[in-house]
Amino acid sequence: MNGALTRHFSPAWFFLLPTIAVMGTFLFYPVILAGVMAFQQSSGALAVEWIGWENFQFVLSDPLFYRAARNTLIFAAFSIFLQLPLSLGLAMLLNAKGDRTKGFFRLIIFSPFLVGPIFVGILFAVLFTPRFGMINRFLQYLTGWGLEVNWLSNPAFVLPAIILTALWMYVGFNMIYFLAALQSVSQDLMDAARVDGAGPWQRFLHVTVPAIKPVAVFVVIMSTIGSFQLFELPFALLQGTGGPDNAGLTLVMYLYNHAFVSGDLGLGAAVGWILAMAIFTISMVQIKVSKGGDH
Amino acid sequence: MNLLHVALLLLLAILMGLVLAGRATAAANLARRSVLIIVSCLILSPFVWLVFATFKDPSVLNEYVFLPPFAEWSAETINLSNLRTLLAPQETVHGTYSFFLYIFNSVFLATAQTLLQVTFCSMAGFAFAVYSFRGRQALFLLVLGSMMIPPILLLAPVYRMVVNFGWMDTYFALLVPGAVGAYGIFLYRQAMMRVPKELFDAARIDGASELRIWYEIALPLVRPITGAFCLVVFLNAWNSFIAPNVFLQSTYKMPLPVILQHFVGQYENQYGVFLAGTFLAILPPACLFFYLQREFILGLTSGGVKE
Repeated sequence: MNGALTRHFSPAWFFLLPTIAVMGTFLFYPVILAGVMAFQQSSGALAVEWIGWENFQFVLSDPLFYRAARNTLIFAAFSIFLQLPLSLGLAMLLNAKGDRTKGFFRLIIFSPFLVGPIFVGILFAVLFTPRFGMINRFLQYLTGWGLEVNWLSNPAFVLPAIILTALWMYVGFNMIYFLAALQSVSQDLMDAARVDGAGPWQRFLHVTVPAIKPVAVFVVIMSTIGSFQLFELPFALLQGTGGPDNAGLTLVMYLYNHAFVSGDLGLGAAVGWILAMAIFTISMVQIKVSKGGDH
Repeated sequence: MNLLHVALLLLLAILMGLVLAGRATAAANLARRSVLIIVSCLILSPFVWLVFATFKDPSVLNEYVFLPPFAEWSAETINLSNLRTLLAPQETVHGTYSFFLYIFNSVFLATAQTLLQVTFCSMAGFAFAVYSFRGRQALFLLVLGSMMIPPILLLAPVYRMVVNFGWMDTYFALLVPGAVGAYGIFLYRQAMMRVPKELFDAARIDGASELRIWYEIALPLVRPITGAFCLVVFLNAWNSFIAPNVFLQSTYKMPLPVILQHFVGQYENQYGVFLAGTFLAILPPACLFFYLQREFILGLTSGGVKE
């Protein structure tokens, strides 16, 4: 390469300056600062007192924390075991050869993702209204049940309402990734399997699954990480509360309430670290498990 | 039994008939098409409902799920009353403002965020793709690694920093921390690595400065990535809620998601009003993206998936 570039101060540093400044100040430094703040008690941003491990002790013995963790885990489980299979199923339906309507259906099914989670929450809060809401009326029309269900004030129905709303919002988003992966499945291999007498199920298991596995792992991990950070959707659905009996309280709502409603940033930082460690651990386990399946 | 049941049973009967007649492929095709159409209807129904709710008079809002029967159409049932209430100037502690101000705030914030990200991410991507310098590998890994940091971990410490900087209730608190992102840097690096180095060298021999090479050669050559990336950033900024909700205090500075969340409490009994607001809030991105959907999907998938 141009000798002058390597001898002198590389112009690369000029182009990287904004990135280094912003990421250093607002990404890497706050991670460390959060680690420090987790050992402080604060009311607001300024009054600070060192309290050792007390934040962690408080959080880990707080029943509300476990309530939030439980809700978040249930939500994550439904994201992975309900929403992703549906996304994959829709992607497989769309992936027919030579179908000109593919783009049209893809756009429709994907479209809810364009609506921000706050807007979705506001919409669905009205859709879930007992007696008048569209969802209740539709259920009544289809099954004869459900007109009077009070989704957002009956603790038993709060999580299902959040899960249904998230399903509407994200099923098409994940479908896009599966569809991109399915389009890369080798048609030759598929034909060869068909010639060898493999049925649809066997073709799915032995040709499709191995081919889309990298993308599937990526989607599962992204979906898990996203589920652990669920906030806006239930926040808007339940108008800023955890819902009746905290049935819709998520871990991030728990953090938000402590850090910005009660004003204890230290406690918020401690919850943030616990959440980050949980996300990191689960992602690592998922990557390990997905690699363990390889032959 | 109602119309819906009859339709579903009819569909089932046709499918069975096709299978029994030995036309399994036709049955599979019909089943596939039907499922896609039903799913599409389910997914579109909230949008349709929202449009109708916006233009229905508050008095008939609960009476009909979608629109009143045609015979009852009149200025009494279908009108602009929700929009009129929404757009009427409102008094706040800082003065009288209309809903257009919040639309403007959102447009401004999302546009500024997009310009900042495109500028700085393309600069960094250019640096990683074009130059070899000491520490490039390590620095790039650090940038990629930053994607592992859950944003929520940063909220409490960045809040303290924002207070210390005196940035509370200013747009700095939103725009500066979000001015670069690892995802954009990665996209631009990948795209610019594919540009032949000879182009840059030729420009250098012609005496172009490195800044001009970035701006006048590299950037135009990766224009599809810029289009896709702009859409992703714009949408994220348009829909973002936590940061503006935490860092902004004055009502007149709020973007749409925050103000609509307030409206839900304020117009508790007139939900046609905040539904009309939601309709207006999702209209601009929807138009943008239906028009540019290819670019958008490219922007989402080119990071993680090879197409």
